[in-house]
Amino acid sequence: MDLASAQVIGAGLAAIGAGAAAAGVGAVFGNFLQGALRNPAAAAGQTTVLYIGFAAAELLGLMAFAVAMIILYAR
Amino acid sequence: MDPMHQFAISPIGGGELTASPFQFTNSSLWMMIVLATIIVFMWGGMKRELVPGRWQAAVEGLTGFVGGIATQSIGPEGRRYLPWIFTAFVFILFSNWIGAMPFGIVPGAHPFTVTSQFTVTGVMSILSFAIVLAVGFWKHGLHFLSLFVPKGAPLAVKAFVAPIEFVSFLVRPFSLGLRPFVAMFAGHVLLEVFGNFVVQGLNAGTALGWFISALCFVFIIFVNGLELLVGGIQAYVFALLTALYINDAVNLH
Repeated sequence: MDLASAQVIGAGLAAIGAGAAAAGVGAVFGNFLQGALRNPAAAAGQTTVLYIGFAAAELLGLMAFAVAMIILYAR
Repeated sequence: MDPMHQFAISPIGGGELTASPFQFTNSSLWMMIVLATIIVFMWGGMKRELVPGRWQAAVEGLTGFVGGIATQSIGPEGRRYLPWIFTAFVFILFSNWIGAMPFGIVPGAHPFTVTSQFTVTGVMSILSFAIVLAVGFWKHGLHFLSLFVPKGAPLAVKAFVAPIEFVSFLVRPFSLGLRPFVAMFAGHVLLEVFGNFVVQGLNAGTALGWFISALCFVFIIFVNGLELLVGGIQAYVFALLTALYINDAVNLH
């Protein structure tokens, strides 16, 4: 296998991480919504924590993207 | 077509990009446009009328929102760090949104998203990090290093957790700058790829090609809306995390 095709396959494999991060972000917002519907009065005060959790979960998907780009354009 | 072409930095008026810092590139041009937009927006709303009009209400809403981020995360002392947090928030927000505007329908206009370059967001995160370090060592001296040690834990746990905390602290500026950059970068690549699908479907000339083009066009419209949302969230997350990191330095646990 030459380098170019190996790079494309590797970048595709690295992109799987984006799907995993999608599950993580979905879990963050889904669980927040569950909690918020049970106790709407307390929800407004927790949006900061929500976005911190979102940022942490999303970062790993972005890392997967960065790794895919590094693999794809490595010389 | 190459979806990466839209991120190429080239000097205005043609010519080669050299290592000289004194070249006026398309990135500089769009930074100026972002700056001009921010100035016009802020000046238009700073008339200090007793009964605010719509414009002033918009500006007051923005400043109040960012002020809320600072004071809720850092406490009453947060207002001292508001200038940087507000600058970062407004700059990232406006460059994200201006980059997502469809200026490309004007022939010859090549819109450029300033925040789609890691140099820009990376320098902003280094600035945030420099503020954290300066404030931390200024206020606490070497006691600032106790940030890495969890309080009230057994000594064995402390020895184990402190290196992890230290590495996590070192990764922060990287992740902080990476987040807005990749969000803009990936979104614009996606839009470009689907824009190519529209053109290729039209070029095919068949009924199926027209159908796929229409489908992709509708998809682009919705993704553009999503881009506006992501641009806002990324600006908010950058401001929020900056405020939280400064809070670590100011209050030390």
